[in-house]
Amino acid sequence: MNAPPNLPPAPMGRERLVVIGNGMAGCRAVEEILARDPARYAITIFGAEPRVNYNRIMLSPVLAGEKTFDDIVINTAQWYADNAITLISGDPVVSIDRAAQTVISKAGHVEPYDRLLIATGSDPFIIPVPGKDLAGVVTFRDLDDVDKMLAAAETGGSAVVIGGGLLGLEAAHGLCLRGMATTVIHLMPTLMERQLDEAAGWLLKTELERRGQTILTGADTAEILGADGKVTGVRLKDGREIAADIVVMAVGIRPATALAREAGLEVERGILVDDHMLTSDPAIMAVGECVQHRGICYGLVAPLWDMCRVLADAAVGAPGAGYAGSVTSTKLKVSGIDLFSAGDFSGGEGCEDIVMRDAARGAYKRVIVKDNKLVGAVLYGDTADGSWYFDLLKREEDISAIREALIFGQAFASGGGALADPNAAVAALSDDAEICGCNGVTKGTVLATINAGACSLDAVRSQCKASASCGSCTGLVESLLSLALGDEVKSGPKTMCKCTTFSHDDVRRQIVEKELKAIPAVMQALTWKTPDGCASCRPALNYYLLCAWPGEYVDDQKSRFVNERLHANIQKDGTYSVVPRMWGGVTTPDELRAIADAADKYQARLVKVTGGQRIDLFGIKKEDLPGIWADLNAAGMVSGHAYGKSLRTVKTCVGSEWCRFGTQDSTGLGIKTERMTWGSWMPHKFKIAVSGCPRNCAEATIKDFGVICVDSGYELHVGGNGGIHLRGTDLLSKVTTEQEALDVCAAFIQLYREQAWYLERTAPWIERVGLDSVKAQLFDDPDAVARLAARFHYSQQFMQDDPWARRAAGEDAELHQHLAEFRPFPTLNITEAAQ
Amino acid sequence: MIGEWIDIGPTGQISPGNARTLPVQGGEEIAIFHTMDHQFYALVNKCPHKHGPLSQGIVHGTEVTCPLHSWKISLKTGEAQGDDKGCVPTIPIRVDAGRLYLLRSALMAARAPQVAA
Ligand code: SRM
Ligand SMILES: Cc1cc2nc3c(=O)[nH]c(=O)nc-3n(C[C@H](O)[C@H](O)[C@H](O)COP(=O)(O)OP(=O)(O)OC[C@H]3O[C@@H](n4cnc5c(N)ncnc54)[C@H](O)[C@@H]3O)c2cc1C
Ligand code: SF4
Ligand code: FES
Repeated sequence: MNAPPNLPPAPMGRERLVVIGNGMAGCRAVEEILARDPARYAITIFGAEPRVNYNRIMLSPVLAGEKTFDDIVINTAQWYADNAITLISGDPVVSIDRAAQTVISKAGHVEPYDRLLIATGSDPFIIPVPGKDLAGVVTFRDLDDVDKMLAAAETGGSAVVIGGGLLGLEAAHGLCLRGMATTVIHLMPTLMERQLDEAAGWLLKTELERRGQTILTGADTAEILGADGKVTGVRLKDGREIAADIVVMAVGIRPATALAREAGLEVERGILVDDHMLTSDPAIMAVGECVQHRGICYGLVAPLWDMCRVLADAAVGAPGAGYAGSVTSTKLKVSGIDLFSAGDFSGGEGCEDIVMRDAARGAYKRVIVKDNKLVGAVLYGDTADGSWYFDLLKREEDISAIREALIFGQAFASGGGALADPNAAVAALSDDAEICGCNGVTKGTVLATINAGACSLDAVRSQCKASASCGSCTGLVESLLSLALGDEVKSGPKTMCKCTTFSHDDVRRQIVEKELKAIPAVMQALTWKTPDGCASCRPALNYYLLCAWPGEYVDDQKSRFVNERLHANIQKDGTYSVVPRMWGGVTTPDELRAIADAADKYQARLVKVTGGQRIDLFGIKKEDLPGIWADLNAAGMVSGHAYGKSLRTVKTCVGSEWCRFGTQDSTGLGIKTERMTWGSWMPHKFKIAVSGCPRNCAEATIKDFGVICVDSGYELHVGGNGGIHLRGTDLLSKVTTEQEALDVCAAFIQLYREQAWYLERTAPWIERVGLDSVKAQLFDDPDAVARLAARFHYSQQFMQDDPWARRAAGEDAELHQHLAEFRPFPTLNITEAAQ
Repeated sequence: MIGEWIDIGPTGQISPGNARTLPVQGGEEIAIFHTMDHQFYALVNKCPHKHGPLSQGIVHGTEVTCPLHSWKISLKTGEAQGDDKGCVPTIPIRVDAGRLYLLRSALMAARAPQVAA
């Protein structure tokens, strides 16, 4: 629309073009203009850097020692001379006088222009922490920065890179290759989160760690430490300190807009330009990272090349259709790591994920399809098809015809016809073609197994082991089943959820066998079909990992339901209820006073005795939870886990201490049992009761584990359930001492913890596996109880850590605090929550 | 979108998969979500069903499951998904240089939906 007006020619017959910024966009724009009309302008370029124009993106290979500066020069001094360009380098422009049409440099040089081009790029963003100005704190933007890093690397020592994005990781890679002990500090939980999803970010982190870098994610820098004005380390907000001889800040960039802003041009985040790269002043153009076009500021070179072409068209008086914005893609320039990302992978309505994982090769591919078009792609480990996907994406091509084969890549998908149909492709394989790489099973063997009667995926897996390990050949086995049996294929036992072809049991077994210790590790190794699981498999995996690797696995809070995340039960009005543990239902006047004080102080709207023999305080605000917990902790009380898939309560009756019928100390045993079992995470909630005689006042026969005391000892009952489907317990065994009762209790819980499916209470679990199987596993081998109990006690070491105490001490404070408060009247005021 | 953008602080204050709240004096409390894929969304913190606090739900993709009765609400449109009907106002949000900005006019105009009968 706004093609630049034609200005009268300059005195020398040429218009005077002044360029501010001797970088990638500025020089490319000049090249494009010269290519169109070499005689139109008398050109002067100002550059703040004291050197000719070079390829900034290759600074990474220079740092890594793979290239030298000479290798990356784009335009030598000769080029400027040949084209009669005046280069004023090492002298930045300090102001623009639009009325006089001149620019003024730091050294006092005043240069008149007819046409001005601003191409000032970006400034690295420096996080405003104490110590940011110490010597040894550098950014990664130009050759001087690289020289500083190389000088530091000469003496060895250690480097900290703040920022785990593209730039930070390339800096870290270079410093690591140069022999420095390198640590990357990244605020977010996954690396390169703008370009990679959780799965790919995890693979990348694992690989960088394997190469010797230390990667700290979810790490927030509090301060840069120094001595004698020189950096010595970094302290994180959680108190950790990391020694450093050099700190590289690579947390982001900001368009360099100061000059334009001061000259009164329209500037938001970047300098505003129209589709012909014209600013709000028709004599001034702008290009590169410093501009904002249709709301977007770019930080990669590909869009700049597009901008430079339209700019040149307009600058020589032949404006074309103009710039319509660019779709960008990312690669990481770290040798040996193949990674590609393009487009939008945020998902949303109508988006469908297609995921392929190859556990053996460490590859992960995900494409996102919407309305039959490819809208995003994330590739790790195998990026051969990156440019093909990117092309489909940019051209918004209709992919419905190749949809089935899309994820297998171009060679497969464009094979067309027979090959695009996975079944036909499998049919075309020879009998000795290998189907399952993990277990070395050929197509012939799989077919023989099917013909011998295996008519489900599960049967094939168990009989010939094909697809029983990582599962990446599941699709092939399924194709063979449907080729051989057509509609006769039987579906196997239920898979965990739609994200996987494995059942709960298979997943649990493989977590242990393959020593998988993180959710993304399970998803990669077992070739999950979705990028990051769903609301049903994430909590399950979190539990399975916690159960398999006590003390090692780090709980994933975002994979927990709100009640478990907030350690309180959410109520219909969004407030919470708080239930402190009351061991065996026994309390003291001091505890009751503390509860009463807390109820007053935090204005509990209801104080109720629960069906689980303890007290519930209702109507507590999420902001007040850490406070009320601190008060209850101070009186010796801990979380009652009334919200958890965990041990809830141990109900007791008064027993032999007081009751005229009591046969044993049921209250005492109940308290001991609760002390032993509290804090334990389980597949579902777990309730215990101990009754002092068969009158059973503690209702022990509808509990997950119930004890009925009798004269001769203790009857142990399991698998009871109140709730919608009432189920009375089964008698498990009878023992004579309290210790035996406690041992069997611990062993039974551990068996349940290790074998039940997530969200399966003991009642349905026992109905599924049978009481006999539970008994056999506990009692056939005389050592079984001791072994299971030992595993339970080992895990309890880590679980019996009151979550309320940790929160009261400030852990995860952001879950309880408002972000800020907005008070529009009378003055605009934002108070940031205490950080 | 033209208008005044209010800076509500650094993105790092909300970890992915979580949400945090912003009470507005004289207006509705706003929930600001950070998805696992690192997008930010802002909605009135009241479920169209029975005003459940959406900020406390599990975030998956670009939806949140309400913690009270598990309606699924689109973070992009505020619309209830599936067979449920209802919509909660969204507030335009922008990320710039690691900070979050909300559109002031929308922040003040947002009103909670009527509770479903
Ligand atoms: C508070 C309490 C009611 C009371 O005021 O007494 C209660 C309250 C709730 N129960 Fe319960 N149950 C309470 C004792 C019981 C009992 C009685 C008992 O434990 O002896 C039962 C029957 C016994 C049993 O569990 O087998 C019971 C069977 C259920 C069930 C059905 C479980 C089942 O397996 O079928 C649910 C639903 C669920 O868990 O999925 C449930 C779910 C709930 C939830 C968590 C509903 C929810 O999802 O929000 C309620 C939370 C309220 C809150 O915010 O605290 N509640 N609930 C009791 C807390 C006990 C405690 O101190 O921890
Ligand atoms: C280490 C590194 C690796 C990168 N890797 C990639 C990659 O792999 N792929 C990719 O697409 N992009 C990559 N980039 C980004 C890419 O380099 C930039 O997008 C590109 O350089 C932007 O071009 P520009 O001309 O807008 O800015 P620049 O290239 O920064 O040029 C701006 C120039 O203007 C000068 N200047 C600023 N103010 C003034 C003033 N007042 N007076 C005179 N001169 C001034 C600056 O000194 C600078 O030389 C990388 C960047 C870095 C730093
Ligand atoms: S019985 Fe129903 S209404 Fe009562 S607390 Fe339990 S879940 Fe809530
Ligand atoms: S209030 Fe949200 S689903 Fe009922």
